[in-house]
Amino acid sequence: MLADLLVSVLFIVYAISVLMGFGTILTWVERKQAAVMADRIGANRAYIRIPGTQVKLVWWGLFHGMADGLKMLVKEDWKPRTYDWYAYAVAPWVVFTPVLLVFAVIPFGGTLHPAHLWAPLAGFFGDKSYPMQIATLDGGLLIIFAFSGMTIIGAMLAGWSSSNKFALLGALRAGSQMISYELVLGLTLLGLILIYGTVNLDAMVRHQSGTVLGFLPAWGIVYQPFAATLFLTAAIAENKRIPFDLPEAESELIAGYYTEYSAMKMGLFMFAEFIEIAIIGALFTTFFLGGYNLPYMNDAGFAFPGGGTAALPHGAVVVTQMVTFLAKVFLLCSFQILIRWSLPRFRYDQVLMFAWKFMFPLALANLVITAVVMWALGK
Amino acid sequence: MTRRTHVRKRYWNEPEMGWYEKAYLPEILKGLAITGGVFLRNMAKWMTGKKGALTTYYPEETRWDYARGNRGKHVLVQRPDGSPQCIACNLCATVCPAKVIEIEAAFDPADAAHPKYPARFEIDYSRCVFCGLCVEACPEDAIRMEKEVPTLPSPDRHVMWLGKEELLAWKPARDAAKPYPGRPAGDKDRP
Repeated sequence: MLADLLVSVLFIVYAISVLMGFGTILTWVERKQAAVMADRIGANRAYIRIPGTQVKLVWWGLFHGMADGLKMLVKEDWKPRTYDWYAYAVAPWVVFTPVLLVFAVIPFGGTLHPAHLWAPLAGFFGDKSYPMQIATLDGGLLIIFAFSGMTIIGAMLAGWSSSNKFALLGALRAGSQMISYELVLGLTLLGLILIYGTVNLDAMVRHQSGTVLGFLPAWGIVYQPFAATLFLTAAIAENKRIPFDLPEAESELIAGYYTEYSAMKMGLFMFAEFIEIAIIGALFTTFFLGGYNLPYMNDAGFAFPGGGTAALPHGAVVVTQMVTFLAKVFLLCSFQILIRWSLPRFRYDQVLMFAWKFMFPLALANLVITAVVMWALGK
Repeated sequence: MTRRTHVRKRYWNEPEMGWYEKAYLPEILKGLAITGGVFLRNMAKWMTGKKGALTTYYPEETRWDYARGNRGKHVLVQRPDGSPQCIACNLCATVCPAKVIEIEAAFDPADAAHPKYPARFEIDYSRCVFCGLCVEACPEDAIRMEKEVPTLPSPDRHVMWLGKEELLAWKPARDAAKPYPGRPAGDKDRP
């Protein structure tokens, strides 16, 4: 019992520090990557001076995230005379918390077997093994949809309680846009559920550790390349980032639904957006890129398509899986930032048209074709 | 009253999209390949110790290609004896739109040709807009501008107030723009 508690606390601490770390690092990555893409140097003026010396640590501008956080904390927490102060105060947390909660069901590693890790641990843990995710739920996918749907409520609350016309417009845009794309998001994943036959995320990842056609890793993106593209597009739209950042379009709506927010409350909205980038990366990795596994890898080691196998010690497997997961998520975050700094913003009617007239039929067609193929294969 | 629906005007040179463009995804991927390529190229330069940016890391590093006529830091032109050519007429301070020039005139009975000279000549560079009007206004060609702003940028505005000594620090061996006439023969009055 105590051992279970300890492992759970460890996992939770790991997950939260990973998310917070991604949230902080991504503010820096976004700035620097944009700068490098545009032939610029990028933010690099924030420094930490070693006390008592004139040595200034710049570290490629890594401390700008800290400077931002400090600025947001010491800034005046300005509030409008809002229509509804309670909703105003609660809204940032309604946006922020579900984003963190989504990560609870995402497996960030295979199975942890403490006794195999280090023999003396067997005395405390026994012969138990723990799947490396916070909540091993059978309906993991449903939890993800339930929680990611909740951020809409936060955005709507923020816009409505600010009693500001721009904020309200932003909130309305956010509402209709997120509901439209939520639908596409769900439909693209239905095809995967048909193939994997489960909504348990860990089982989904295990399903992807084999091979298909003899040599390709059996990743979701190989089975459903179309759904993967649609999923990534819809997820970026769901996160309200360029090219779908209509709810916050600066040139039209000041800052959209969080126009009236200042200091750390505004920071929470921004932070939630950055963490959601990492969450989207984690979801895409889990569904389409084989999760925490390298190609041809499973919990025992490698099983290459030629028939050769390479067994790995348990500790190496666990570390490899965790690092692989983080690396995949980071690459996807970087890809999303690449998209954000490459594409121009849609017009609002184009956004909804794109969702309902382009992506929705495509996602439906993808689902129908998948279903027919699965039926023809007799599965 | 009937309202006609809005019909968007079609222009004769409006681009027509083929099926390939309308498919949207290939063109998006092309664009991403371009921006991603720029990113990778610049990143490779940074990684190998070269500079992957066109911009400069300003005060520490300045551009080499300042224009010849760029308006930078001021210099007070000197007479051959090293005294400023300025006659403290205050025209530059009057014309200055940012009101950054302060001149305190003084009287030198020993110099009969230029009895009025600046005891203080100060420019507050934290407010100077580098418009060059002072240079235009000067009747004596006593104030000019370098093309650069060496050592000017600073995080502290209190060190950006330069006085006569700093402005006179410019010591050209020969002033090509306006050579000062040599000392007339028999002029023994002035040092």
